Amino acid sequence: MLKFLLRRLANYIVLVGLAASMAYLLAAASLDPRSNYEGRNPPPPPAVVDRELSAYNLNDRKPLALRYVTWLDGLRHGDLGRFSDGDSVNAEFGRRIGVSLRLLLIATVVGGLLGVAVGAYSAIRQYHFADQAITLASFLTISIPVFVLAVLLELVAVAFNQAVGASVFIYTGEYTPGLTGGFWTLAVDRLQHLVIPTVTLVLGEVAILSRYQRSAMLDVLGSDFVRTARAKGLRRRTALIKHALRTALIPAATYFAYSFALLFVGAVFVEKIFGWHGMGELFLDSVNGNEVNAVAAGALFASTLVLIAGLLSDLAYAALDPRIRVS
Amino acid sequence: MNIHPDQLAAPLPGGQAQVPAPDETQVPSRWGLVARRFFSQRLAVAGLAVLIALFLVAFLGPYLTHWRHTDQDVSAFLTPPSGRHWFGTTQSGGDVYALTLRGLQKSLVIGLLVALISTAVAALVGSFAGYFGGWTDRMLMWLVELLLVLPSFLFLVILSPWFRGKTWLIFVVLLAAFAWMVMARIVRGMTISLREREYVVAARYMGVTGPRVVFRHVLPNISSLLIIDATLGVSAAIIGETGLSYLGFGIQAPDVSLGTLIADSTDSATTHPWLFGFPAGVLVAIVLSVNLVGDGLRDAVDPSSAATR
Repeated sequence: MLKFLLRRLANYIVLVGLAASMAYLLAAASLDPRSNYEGRNPPPPPAVVDRELSAYNLNDRKPLALRYVTWLDGLRHGDLGRFSDGDSVNAEFGRRIGVSLRLLLIATVVGGLLGVAVGAYSAIRQYHFADQAITLASFLTISIPVFVLAVLLELVAVAFNQAVGASVFIYTGEYTPGLTGGFWTLAVDRLQHLVIPTVTLVLGEVAILSRYQRSAMLDVLGSDFVRTARAKGLRRRTALIKHALRTALIPAATYFAYSFALLFVGAVFVEKIFGWHGMGELFLDSVNGNEVNAVAAGALFASTLVLIAGLLSDLAYAALDPRIRVS
Repeated sequence: MNIHPDQLAAPLPGGQAQVPAPDETQVPSRWGLVARRFFSQRLAVAGLAVLIALFLVAFLGPYLTHWRHTDQDVSAFLTPPSGRHWFGTTQSGGDVYALTLRGLQKSLVIGLLVALISTAVAALVGSFAGYFGGWTDRMLMWLVELLLVLPSFLFLVILSPWFRGKTWLIFVVLLAAFAWMVMARIVRGMTISLREREYVVAARYMGVTGPRVVFRHVLPNISSLLIIDATLGVSAAIIGETGLSYLGFGIQAPDVSLGTLIADSTDSATTHPWLFGFPAGVLVAIVLSVNLVGDGLRDAVDPSSAATR
């Protein structure tokens, strides 16, 4: 069991390294940090530009392989490199990582739990009204791209605020700048900002997961061991949750890892749309601003999270399926 | 030349037409059966109808008005829908109807092309990995795993400065290049289960070469799966394309995509709803109808999945 997880972990670490390297090489090949200097007014002399770019390991006249080795060497010491104006990527990373993690963590946990619950309920009520309503709603939600869903929710929030006559939901930024007050004032303010972006992410996650969970649950519900559990006198609830749901969670756990990558991409949009200064926004701005090192750092962050999701998925798999533990 | 007895039994003049007795040995063809099952699902048929309608509107609709997507009506800035401009106008007097249809064309063509290419790649990689096994399998599946680690969307964003300003066909190829991995895994699994079937083994023992076995015997037998994948791939490709264009990494001005239209109108969604509503509505309609058709196809090809879905 431990061996299984360790082997997966080693495999994952190699993959993260390769994915980040690939992102670095592609970014270094396709982005042009030199243009950041040449666009300045007045344009600095070429020798100065070269010196600055070389100092931050961004000089495109230096062979790509050498730049890569320098970047890799920095990474070994935990140094993610510099922006083209000399600022440390690490510092920016530290400022933003919390913002993204908060959004992603809440959305993953809430979306995961709700998705499983909704899917399982839908399976138990197969072909009843609730099931059909849930299926239709999730089908519709899957078909709405996140950048449309975000605007629709914003419209709902506007309508709600107008109906109540107070701004209950706030949909720009993650907190009100300059707001003073006690802990509770600030906490409530953050919560008001949090709701709409989180719901945007959660809805998509629930829609996808619930469909997988529903089909996994339906496969299990017809099987003999659930009938046996009922026949030996277990209460319906116990039979459904302890016997059926537990088994049905195994295939759903695999989809969790896949759906996390989608959730991450969704979060990039959500940060951009709702003005959250997180890693996703940094990534997009860095591509636009030709910041090779920051792009690579963003890719490293994304691939690490995807693989943590994969590892959690493996852990859940091992915890739920005894056959993996003993082999 | 042999004359079939049925052809001789011409209807007698003035008499009732003879209805030939159904040939009881005739088995309905597989695709006939699939078609019948598909058309018995209301939602899937509705999806297909909407999809066909969208195609017609996208390619014939522009001829119904004289406004082109590049035109600017300087006498009408930000006007709501009217007889003159069916979907209203933008800030610079562009006709939203013409713009939306232009974006719709782009999205449909890109979606179809990407789905075709990525399904072909998935079929090739998956079946070769599954059929040949060993090192081929290990290398290909490792590549799949590597490409799945980083969300492909981020790769495309990184590469966007490189294909910016070049033809949109490069964009199509790149979208497809990062969209085949999950499917390749599924194809591989199915190929492994087909590899030991009698007809495949027989072909192998007759000396048919490996690639030929894959193309002649393995791929035709998973064709239904590939068709479903291609269908659902269309909606995934359209979401990917519009998403990238939304963020400014895909289709670039002066050309338009549904993504760029939605991006330009996001901020005015409350004040000028027609700017946002039409492109967004059309986008959701395409994705939803493609998904309905894909789902209907899946149920038609594999009836057992309908019960468990």
